[in-house]
Amino acid sequence: MKYLYEFRESEKVKLIIKSIEKICKSKWTIMEVCGSQTHSILSAGIDELLPSNITLVHGPGCPVCVTPREVIDKAIALSKMKGTIVFTYGDMLRVPGSRESLFRAKADGAKVKMVYSPFEALEFAKANPDKKVVFFGIGFETTAPCNATVILKARGLNLKNFFVLIAQFRVPPALEAILNDPFNKVQGFLAPGHVCTVMGIEEYLPISEKYNVPIVVTGFESFDISQGILILVSMLERKEKGVKIQYKRSCKPEGNLRAKEVINKVFKIGDLKWRGIGVIKNGGWVLKEEFLDMDANNLLKNYSEEIEEKKEGCIAALILQGKKKPFDCLLFGKECTPLNPLGAPMVSSEGACAAYYKYKR
Amino acid sequence: MRKIELAHGAGGILMREFIEKEIKERFKNEELSKLLDSAILENKSKRIAFTTDSYVVSPIFFPGGNIGELAVNGTVNDLVAVGAFPEFISLSLIIEEGFSFEDLEKILDSIKYASEKARVKVVTGDTKVIEKGKGDGIFINTSGIGFIPDDVDFGYHRIEEKDKLIINGPIGLHGFSILVARENINVEGNLKSDTAPLIDLWKALYENGIEVHFMRDPTRGGVQGVLNEIAKESGYDIILFEENLPITDEVRGLSEILGIDPLLMANEGKMIFFVKESDAEKALKILREYELGKESKIIGEVYKKGGSLKLLTSLKVVRILDMPYADPLPRIC
Amino acid sequence: MCLGIPGKIVNIYEKDGVRFAKVEFGGIKREVCLDLTPEAKEGDYVIVHVGFSIQILDQKEAEETLNTYREFLEKIEKNEVSL
Repeated sequence: MKYLYEFRESEKVKLIIKSIEKICKSKWTIMEVCGSQTHSILSAGIDELLPSNITLVHGPGCPVCVTPREVIDKAIALSKMKGTIVFTYGDMLRVPGSRESLFRAKADGAKVKMVYSPFEALEFAKANPDKKVVFFGIGFETTAPCNATVILKARGLNLKNFFVLIAQFRVPPALEAILNDPFNKVQGFLAPGHVCTVMGIEEYLPISEKYNVPIVVTGFESFDISQGILILVSMLERKEKGVKIQYKRSCKPEGNLRAKEVINKVFKIGDLKWRGIGVIKNGGWVLKEEFLDMDANNLLKNYSEEIEEKKEGCIAALILQGKKKPFDCLLFGKECTPLNPLGAPMVSSEGACAAYYKYKR
Repeated sequence: MRKIELAHGAGGILMREFIEKEIKERFKNEELSKLLDSAILENKSKRIAFTTDSYVVSPIFFPGGNIGELAVNGTVNDLVAVGAFPEFISLSLIIEEGFSFEDLEKILDSIKYASEKARVKVVTGDTKVIEKGKGDGIFINTSGIGFIPDDVDFGYHRIEEKDKLIINGPIGLHGFSILVARENINVEGNLKSDTAPLIDLWKALYENGIEVHFMRDPTRGGVQGVLNEIAKESGYDIILFEENLPITDEVRGLSEILGIDPLLMANEGKMIFFVKESDAEKALKILREYELGKESKIIGEVYKKGGSLKLLTSLKVVRILDMPYADPLPRIC
Repeated sequence: MCLGIPGKIVNIYEKDGVRFAKVEFGGIKREVCLDLTPEAKEGDYVIVHVGFSIQILDQKEAEETLNTYREFLEKIEKNEVSL
């Protein structure tokens, strides 16, 4: 596949890694923010090839992992309501809420459908005016304009049976939360290529400035990731801050203006709870007033939240902030597995713990 | 349009007619035509392989086949996988009331076609009709009997260091075809299930004296699932070579956009042969002479004592390939 | 966090006033919404996420990234890199 496999050629990757070895003089801790990057690094084995003075820590960039369990509980409650069908992305299905996952609820007869694109939920709502369709739309900035487009189309069609349950996260406030922590160890970031394809680098410039950290917007193939690390290490070695783009074929400094416009029509910035981390100020997007009538929360009239206490000993928050690695957790691979996840990074295959479980045990 | 009624399974005239016309006529053979309570079969070797499997695939018709072909090929391949030569199968139909007769005839025709291709006889069977709403159209159970030649010695105990793993063609075709059809994933392309009987491939290796130590058809759980099991049971580490895995363009495309590894997807016309190192090249040559084996490849080898499955990535890093914990789902992240 | 794959636009059409395209990924084609990249045309490669094109792939930059990486490696080792 063009523009994909050229960026996986091992000879090129190996040359880049050799260069990293040559220029890397000190010890550096680098965070790849995005779960897909974590996945690529571990599945190709890039972490094994890097010089030992580079420590990769894995960031909070898995929207499925950081969606709070009470939101999942709400989706499940909606899927069990008469006449209501919940549509969501495949990776959301197996993530456990407080008691069960959507998949488990489906086995008990709840109405849950997997979609590849949010348009599928919209099409269903159009064709079935007697059913209430709830689109459980989660994601980071990459998914936001896609979810927003569908909300706008539903409004344009004046659909009365289309609702959304939204968990829409923003990356920059999470990076600030990590950097603000007095125990932070991260010295440079590989920023998420697709998030920045939508948003551009504008929001990252003040972060780099304020915290004196270099940031490199990086793609997802092994060539991209190793090149991203090379650029970042060269910046670190020269004590250079600023934001550079490795993933130039997709990410423009200004981002995708049309996508940003669509996001701003539908969403406004708000505080949001991240599973495993807690409430992050301005950590996400919420529906603007004019779309609140489509909020699926309106359908949950007599719903009361019950959240079980988190299992003692789970260090999810520390892992999501790059302060610990999955192997540092006493529960990892024992009480906590992908089949029985106790913390956010184990719940989806893109989470750092699940990726370690899959590739590195 | 004619539909299946409860009476087709009730033992009366309608059922008699159905059996005569649709079953006996179609699968005509000496053993079946007697319509006895049991088929009486002639034993052809000391060791008999006997297997059974139920087919509940949804959708019933999928690109590249239907539940009928699958029910024959699946059982035939289960017999082949223990080194047997399949001869007889049974056919049990559980049909939901209201199921279209036309669809049923299509399914029975492909059962006939598949059994002829695999040279197995349908010698006994059963038909039940269940009330509407209590099934999913049609379920099929087939059992199979095959005979194992005396000089064939198969099993985990035969697996040894340096055995080469040969697969007879590209992986993931059946699993992706079913996923796309079942989840209504709207894609265009020449993607088809690989359902096929693998008896000829085994026969060719056997008759040419190739030392095959073990075989397994990587159905549910895919290559990754079954090899994990074999690694654990045999106590050997098995290494797959990422660069050698045969994958079609269609499967590559789908695997990238849905975020699903082809190693996890089911196959219905593939066999992984564990062949003694010195016979591997010869085995490849033999397999490649067959339509079903022309894309055969060495995809890995038995390494040393251990018990886990590993992958040698294109960066030449060895990493774990763990036991999949459920059917893979498309992902966005 | 966000699976996005490059594919080639084969043909463009409209559905209910929204621009869609058939986009080719390896051996298969799939419908993709072009609403977020209105200037995309046939033959372009687009980055696709959840059925949406989120950006037109810059083919020149892609070649550049791949073709100049050796020079880039030399420069970076000589500590004279400028990006």
